[in-house]
Amino acid sequence: MAQKELLKMQHIDKQFPGVIALKDVHFSLRAGEIHALLGENGAGKSTLIKVLTGVERMDGGSVQIEDEQVAIRSPLDAQKHGISTVYQEVNLCPHLTVAENIYVGREPLRAGRIDWKEIHRRSRELLKRFDLGIDVTKQLDNYPVAVQQMIAIARAVDVQAKILILDEPTSSLSNTEVQKLFAIMNMLKAQGMGIVFVTHFLDQVYEVTDRITILRDGGYVGTYDTADLPKVELIGKMIGKDPEALDEGSRPSGQTDAGEEYLCLEGVGTDAISDVSLRLRQGEVSGFSGLLGSGRSEIARAIFGADRIHTGKVSVNGKETAIKTPLDAIHADIAFCSENRKKEGIIGDLTIRENIIIALQAKRGLGRAIRYSEAQKLAEHFIKELGIKTPSADQKIKNLSGGNQQKVLLARWLATDPKLLILDEPTRGIDIGAKAEIQKIVKGLAEDGMSCVFISSEMEEMLHCCSRMFVLRDKKIVAELEKDAISEASIMACMVGEGEESV
Amino acid sequence: MKKKFKIDNISLLIAVVLLAAMYVAGARMYERFGSVSTILNLFNDNAYLIVVAVGMTFVLLTGGIDISVASTLAFTGVFSAYLLEKGWPAGIVIPLVLALGILVGCIQGYAIYAFQIAPFLVTLVGQFFMRGMCAVISTVSIPIDNGFYKSAALKKISFVLPSGGRPKLYYYVFVALFVVLAAWYVLRYTRFGRAVYAVGSNEQSAQYMGLDVKAVKIGVYGISGFCAALGGVLFSFYTLAGYSLQNMGLELDAISSAVIGGTLLTGGVGTVSGSLVGVLIQGIIQTIVTYQNLNTWWTKVTFAGILCFFILIQRFAAIRADKKKKG
Repeated sequence: MAQKELLKMQHIDKQFPGVIALKDVHFSLRAGEIHALLGENGAGKSTLIKVLTGVERMDGGSVQIEDEQVAIRSPLDAQKHGISTVYQEVNLCPHLTVAENIYVGREPLRAGRIDWKEIHRRSRELLKRFDLGIDVTKQLDNYPVAVQQMIAIARAVDVQAKILILDEPTSSLSNTEVQKLFAIMNMLKAQGMGIVFVTHFLDQVYEVTDRITILRDGGYVGTYDTADLPKVELIGKMIGKDPEALDEGSRPSGQTDAGEEYLCLEGVGTDAISDVSLRLRQGEVSGFSGLLGSGRSEIARAIFGADRIHTGKVSVNGKETAIKTPLDAIHADIAFCSENRKKEGIIGDLTIRENIIIALQAKRGLGRAIRYSEAQKLAEHFIKELGIKTPSADQKIKNLSGGNQQKVLLARWLATDPKLLILDEPTRGIDIGAKAEIQKIVKGLAEDGMSCVFISSEMEEMLHCCSRMFVLRDKKIVAELEKDAISEASIMACMVGEGEESV
Repeated sequence: MKKKFKIDNISLLIAVVLLAAMYVAGARMYERFGSVSTILNLFNDNAYLIVVAVGMTFVLLTGGIDISVASTLAFTGVFSAYLLEKGWPAGIVIPLVLALGILVGCIQGYAIYAFQIAPFLVTLVGQFFMRGMCAVISTVSIPIDNGFYKSAALKKISFVLPSGGRPKLYYYVFVALFVVLAAWYVLRYTRFGRAVYAVGSNEQSAQYMGLDVKAVKIGVYGISGFCAALGGVLFSFYTLAGYSLQNMGLELDAISSAVIGGTLLTGGVGTVSGSLVGVLIQGIIQTIVTYQNLNTWWTKVTFAGILCFFILIQRFAAIRADKKKKG
């Protein structure tokens, strides 16, 4: 296959303050291929894409497009060189109409003025190819994220680019939409376009791509033909470990009998949940499982005092306790890593050290400042203990990858020495390696006597971690399962309402 | 093809209704209020503010703010008066001060874009600087005795109505109306105009979509500077003098006019027609207050109430839109 090389990136280096994001990375793209760019979070995929699209400038290396050396200094430059991009987070303008979002910056003109009729006609035609029969004259923010993502893809496809970059375009799409997207990708490929496809879903990689380039820790691992690389090997190359090693201790740690009860809710109700009763014991990991919106995060928020409790009783350590604010909860030795890491978790512009001590400082009271030396010791301890990848504790947390940010948040709560630790989706959007590490840490904490609550949408992960499972439906606990009674089938049955109703 | 008339901005719709209602109410209360004169005088007295508000609208649409406009306006007045006094012809003075306005605006826009400084701070510096420069030129009012200015101040169209009134419209009002029309056209039918909305709606997206954010930023502040200078020229037609303390706080009148007309300070939403309506509402309050024989500060008090009302409306509209999306 001696296809034309559309794009050749060689020896790409990129440094951020204190972090080497890319180190001698290569990437090439042929005309008429779909090329997967894979790697775990923090591997450098996003940085490579940003370099290619002109959002970031590389420190070293060369980029050739159709054998011609090019310098890409801005997204505008990238577009001029025929590179079109769909970013992971929808990058459109919510206040403009659908049609305008597709054509802004390249509006068809007639007699020097924008030809609105033409814009609307063309947009309707274009979206028809995606089976989207929406009103293109309406504002973009009238439509759900999945539709917006399709619109973003439509825009990228329509600019007649030579190179199309899709950075995790499928994360908000349903299966049928993904299939539609794949059909379009294959059509574009047949027309000779080169497509870079970034995703976390390995099944999709095998379904649609021709070649795979893998990055790890900012370095180049290799480029392979998709057909010649079995999935197991692929995962091994992504995490740089033997994949078998991941599965160690895959059964719950529930073998050791749970200890004393730490927290007890009796008939607790808030705006979002009603009549919730449960007991959390020390030395075990309990799971809240249920569909999105079933109330699993809301129970966690109620326990932590983030939502107001109207009815019912909360007892900590056998004593009735009023938890009205998160500070009350912290004083009751309860810790909560919330679901939304960026908005409710990290404080991006502060260092790792400052992020770690923040909850401890709250617990001690603002009048008694934690000394620098103590803070530094704590930070160093957790960086080592949890394997946080960073050059120093002085690194700003926003420069870390998702998995490492999550570990810092975990450290923040562990520093308060909690007896009850609630983790809401602690592994969302982080890579397989870090995920396994976090699961292991949580299990270890429970074994050491902590009471842990684990909330996740991933059934597999829940089965792996939890030795007790509270199943929720419609803002209520509908079942409590233990040890051997926990299985995918039993949980699903309870979720849909066929299982035991033994609260 | 006939175009459907629609206002999808509830705030602007209410503003139009309010303007009409105040006119009708005024006409019922005072005998002479209901004349064509009252309407034309709104334009005669507020032409300069209309122009400034139009420039401000561009800036607000990008999510920025320009608080230097009042100083630029005053500087234009003082500097023009000074040059005219020295015997410079109006044909040179006017283009010169307009170019200065554009320059000041573009410098501010460049600083905001290149150094990522808050627009408030940059234009605050601009405000102090321009106001200070006024006083450097002259601390006392300089009268304008130029032939062109005098004729611009006086030339008007007079209508003779069968009912006996003699309403008049000054020539310089047409300058303001032309600015409104041109701005409307630019925002609706040029790529630059649409890019202004895109940048205000989501700057990062606009950049990723390959729009020239730099040109937009520098452009809108340049336009705002130009409009402030043009407002200054119109104002010196109106008063035939240049004075360094003129129109303190005018920038806030321009901003509030835009807000009442439905422009969001967060950017991405708004129209120049809305800002025009906003200015007229301020004008009509002023007129009513004058008829009522009240202290002119009552204009501010009334206007504060109305502004508050509109901010609440916008907030409720936003909350409702949010709920609709979720539900």
